[in-house]
Amino acid sequence: MTSPIEDAAATQSHLDEQSERPKRGPFDGLARRWDHLERWQQWGVLALVAALVYLLPVLNPPLITSEPSNDFPITCANMAIYALAALGLNAVVGQAGLLDLGYIGFFAVGAYVTALWTSTDSTFVKIPYLWTLPLAMIVTVFFGIILGLPTLRLRGDYLAIVTLGFGEIIRLLATIIPALRGQVGFQNVGAPPGTKSDGNPVFANSSGTPWYWLTVTIIILLMVLLGNIERSRAGRAWIAIREDEDAAEIMGVPTFKFKLWAFAIGAALGGLSGALFGGLNGFVNNQKFDVQTSMLFLAAVVLGGAGNKFGAVIGGALVAYLPLRFTGLAEYKFLIFGVILVVLMIFRPQGLFGARNHLLTYASRARRWLGEKTSGSGATAVPATEESSS
Amino acid sequence: MSSPASDQPEVRTPEASTAEGADRLGVEQPDAPPSLESEVAQVVAPDRDIEVAVGDNLVEIRDLTVTFGGLTALDHVTFDIRRGEILGLIGPNGAGKTTCFNAMTGVYKPSDGTVELEGNSLGGRKKHAITRLGLARTFQNIRLFGQMTALENVVVGLDARHKTSVPGAVFRTPRLRREEKSSIEHGMALLEFVGIVDKSDVLARNLPYGYQRRLEIARALATEPKLLCLDEPAAGFNPAEKDELMQLIRTIRDDGYTILLIEHDMRLVMGVTDRIVVLEFGKKIAEGTPQEIREDPKVIAAYLGEESDDGAA
Repeated sequence: MTSPIEDAAATQSHLDEQSERPKRGPFDGLARRWDHLERWQQWGVLALVAALVYLLPVLNPPLITSEPSNDFPITCANMAIYALAALGLNAVVGQAGLLDLGYIGFFAVGAYVTALWTSTDSTFVKIPYLWTLPLAMIVTVFFGIILGLPTLRLRGDYLAIVTLGFGEIIRLLATIIPALRGQVGFQNVGAPPGTKSDGNPVFANSSGTPWYWLTVTIIILLMVLLGNIERSRAGRAWIAIREDEDAAEIMGVPTFKFKLWAFAIGAALGGLSGALFGGLNGFVNNQKFDVQTSMLFLAAVVLGGAGNKFGAVIGGALVAYLPLRFTGLAEYKFLIFGVILVVLMIFRPQGLFGARNHLLTYASRARRWLGEKTSGSGATAVPATEESSS
Repeated sequence: MSSPASDQPEVRTPEASTAEGADRLGVEQPDAPPSLESEVAQVVAPDRDIEVAVGDNLVEIRDLTVTFGGLTALDHVTFDIRRGEILGLIGPNGAGKTTCFNAMTGVYKPSDGTVELEGNSLGGRKKHAITRLGLARTFQNIRLFGQMTALENVVVGLDARHKTSVPGAVFRTPRLRREEKSSIEHGMALLEFVGIVDKSDVLARNLPYGYQRRLEIARALATEPKLLCLDEPAAGFNPAEKDELMQLIRTIRDDGYTILLIEHDMRLVMGVTDRIVVLEFGKKIAEGTPQEIREDPKVIAAYLGEESDDGAA
């Protein structure tokens, strides 16, 4: 029945599996168990996790807390903002496989949009802070398309170099253009409205918790929407492009269009996180948008597992958390992240959470269909298409 | 008909398939149209307008020329592909078969000549646009999306006919739901058709070799092609697998597809094709039924060397 070649191939794949086995990480068993849960069970677990995540700055758990050196709620807010940025970069690097080394550029544009339209130092028209969030996304999408239109015809290393240049250009523009005030920067960047009973604003620069909750809410919302995209034609197109761009194109995937979409989505999320970053700090100048931070975002995505949005969020949070928790080692953070990444690449190249994308909206139907096929042997080969349209 | 030369290719083609090829010869233009009610045509493309007029030209290739620098890989090649047939494209190594494929599917830009699919010129079109016009292909060296399951690979092919983009996916429009649901049904039916439905949720890179080849065919079929181009689909197969593949190719044709087949294995080519075009050094040297090709002195010379007549005498 089975041919020698198939046998050989099966043996080979078996061997492959075996050789991969030692590289299995601590989260693989978790992932497998997760896949076997029913949808409602998954939602239940997620709700529990979300509740814990929301309570994190309030619980301020010992050992985990970054105090006394850094205020823990502020640390949490920073973690959430980095997680949001990593989530956006994950769509570009992890899903579509486009190496973007200038992601900080979008982050910077978002922060400057907020500063220009809310800071007292700006000569622009003032608008409420919350309006600057969508505005920041629109402006960064515009920048993303401007950058993407000419450069997305490039591949691999070339794209990486051009995007690296883009990040630097944005940083230098912030230094050169007088209206952007260089190192002096913008004070009193706006915040969402609301005052507490004692008269202080809810979203003060000294209280991280509201900022954290706002950002986490945005992240959860965006993860649902990104999940929708992932399990659609667009998500499949991204993975196909990452796997084999030429084959994807020949199979009818308009690769340029979907690469541009990935870029635009990544840019929008980068801009959004930048705007939140500006609001949280209440101050924006040209000092925080260097190449190193870009690399840090990339490290977050790779650390968490490129292509896995949960992984990216965890990676982003970790990258922000570690230097704030271990202040003594903050100076060496790039050395430490470098070593961690090298070790990770040796023992677990797919990142903490390996990417296994679910690319079908109705995958469970396939399993059901297969079940019917194997149980009822005399079943017709043509599935009931009428049933599907109902 | 019994020229001395005719014996020579039979060294390469076993007795059985020769008879089979001769059988097929009797029905040069298969007068019974392919069974249009058959499963795959119905499942894969319920709305597809399968032309009953078997035999008119689906693809017209005129003076197709491809040059790489000073090298002419394809030199004014002209042939037609008729609706409903299996056309074999053969030739010794380096004859330009795959180049011809690549020029048709838009991978290479032809320096001269035209390719028309139902009167639409394919020149200057983007690759994905050519696919949507109705031309799909498999690859000589398998190029599946390794990190996707078999079903997901096929659904990427099906997506060629889908229109939902990012906004539709974000808001889960009714069209997205409809497309996604039908993808599952069609995808699974296609996997069943090529015989690998039990591996639908296995990552493509973990599939056995034979399954990968079949998955490539399923993925190409998913794009609802008018012309299916198979680039050495039997490479690396043993004789039993080749027979199964031959059967599969015939079934696909009987479901109303037109097939262009590049293949080295003479038994397979002679056994399954309706007509054959022979290339050598980028030029077309012969065109005809398998029987005619088998007896063509130029083809024999191309495959066996110039002194074949002396050797046979």
